[in-house]
Parts: sequence; C-alpha cells; structure tokens
Amino acid sequence: MTAHSQIATRFKVGARVRIADRSALGHCRTPWYLRGRIGEIVEVHGAYHDPERLAYHKPGLPLQVLYKVRFLQSDLWPGYHGPATDHLEADIYEYWLEPTL
Amino acid sequence: MMHDDHDHDHAGDGHGHHHDHSHEHGHVHPPQKDHDAGPMSAYEVLEEAVRTLLVEKGIVTADEIAAQIDLMDSRTPSLGAKVVARAWNDPGFKSRLLADTKSALLEMDIDIGTLAEFRTIENTSDTHNVVVCTLCSCYPKLLLGVPPAWYKSLAYRSRVVVDPRGVLAEFGVRVPAGTEVRVHDSTADLRYLILPVRPAGTEGWSEDRLSALVTRDTMIGTAVPELEHKAAAE
Repeated sequence: MTAHSQIATRFKVGARVRIADRSALGHCRTPWYLRGRIGEIVEVHGAYHDPERLAYHKPGLPLQVLYKVRFLQSDLWPGYHGPATDHLEADIYEYWLEPTL
Repeated sequence: MMHDDHDHDHAGDGHGHHHDHSHEHGHVHPPQKDHDAGPMSAYEVLEEAVRTLLVEKGIVTADEIAAQIDLMDSRTPSLGAKVVARAWNDPGFKSRLLADTKSALLEMDIDIGTLAEFRTIENTSDTHNVVVCTLCSCYPKLLLGVPPAWYKSLAYRSRVVVDPRGVLAEFGVRVPAGTEVRVHDSTADLRYLILPVRPAGTEGWSEDRLSALVTRDTMIGTAVPELEHKAAAE
C-alpha cells in the first residue's frame, strides 16, 4: 500500500458513486450484484496492486486506489426484509467507480 | 512462496448431498459436503500435479510447503480470542487495535505478515457486523486459522448478503430491529476481524477467563459471546 498523501484519489469520503455496470473477462474483484448500484465512499484504503493484472502474473501496475463503499441493503435487493438502516460494505477499486450525477 | 497475493481458497467446487447437523446450542449451519467423500475433484488433482511439479523443478521445497502448512496450523481462533479479551480489558489496546490492527497485534507478538491488510470492526448495541467473501473465501487466516467449511459454502456466501438477518437467525443470533446489520463483503486486499460485544456480567474477569467466551464465529459475526452456558459450567 502507498501512503494516502502520495496518491491521487478521484473520490473523497462521502461521495456518491455508481459501480460500473460492465462485464470483465477473467479475474475480477467486483461482485456482479453490486454492478450498476449506487453507494457512498466511507473510506479510502490506499493504493494497491491491480488484481485484474496480478492474476495473470503481471506486476499489477499502475496501482489502483481502493475504496470502501457502503450500500443501503434496500438499494441492492428489492423487497429486502430488514430495517431500512441495514447496510452492506465492499472494497472496490477506483476504475470500477463512476461519479453520480 | 510463489505467487500468493490472496490468502483465500477458491470454493468453486460443487456441493453434494445436504445434511444439516445440529450443534449443542441448537442452531443449524449451512450444508456442506464431507471433504474426503468420493473421488478426488479435478481441482484436487490439479493442486497435487502443480505442487509435485513445483517441488521437482526446485521452485519450492517440500520442507517449505510443510513449514507453511505448520504456520497455518499454528493459527487457531484461540489466538483471535486472546486479542479480543485484551481489547475488552484494555481500552488503550482496543483503540490501537481499531486504528491499526497489524501494529496492535505485534504488541502481542502476533505477526500477520504482509499478504493482506487487517481491519478490526467493533460490534456495538447500534451495529452488528458480519463478514463474508462472496467472491471466494477471503478470511483473516493468519489470526483465526483455516476458515470453517461453511464460510466457503455457496449457501453462506450467497445468502448472507441478501438476507443477513435470516442467516444470522439460523446461527442463533437474533438482531433487534433497532440494531443495524452491516455486512462486510471482503472483496479485495483487506481482511476483517469482528470485535464482539463484551457480555454483561463479566466485569473484573481476567483475559484468560474472557477469552474462553470468544468463539471463532463471534469473530466472524455469526455468533455473539454468551455467558450463560459457560458460567453454568464453572
């Protein structure tokens, strides 16, 4: 990981983001059930080697900023049973995130 | 070791017959197949072939593989339980654990290595946290040891994100409606340890006594530490 001060981050804590709704060939760490969904950045983890390249014995560069994104369960699952305050969080790399309008 | 950036197993194999089994405290775990039932799977054959080739070509030695297995076997949930008990009894340690898990663990001479980063997440009366890896089976192995088979099962991985309260109830955990349930899908480079809520009635207990309350599942979030049956046994 690289220290926060050394990396350029596209999104700040509190930003609303959409997970890109696209497919990826091969190894990918973005779950299907989150694609196209909107959440909120709750933490900037730092810069990490890119798993989609590491998986194929590449160096994993350029480094990718990793964020913790929080979703409302009721936004993910129509008819979610639990209270409206229930959430789900996942760690998502920057190139899977899009700004919301 | 060779390319080893993720400390997970790929739980892509199928699932055989379903046989729920009750535990002493009456909950039912998701179904799982017996590991040694039937012929070797294609993945098991592949693993053996690759491992044999790596040793024959001198890329790793059998001793190095054995040493790594010994390291993994030395890590058990009792290690995590000691950490939780320390955090319960030492507010300074708890805040350091929440702020920088790796450094705090080094205070206890626990080295979790550099393969993945660790985060500790505190359960409170306001929020109950539970961990899953929907993509495979990422798990804080270097603190808790090898994950339970159900953690890798398709049933747990797919259901706990959609219906966490239902799955938790099957584990015997009923989260009040006023408490938020927060699911953590460990999709990337971080591994999550849950710091469970200290049970009431344990004031003044030693760390050793407290750690006996901390089971593996309480550190995944699929159980909460219980006082009753432990206290009754003393």
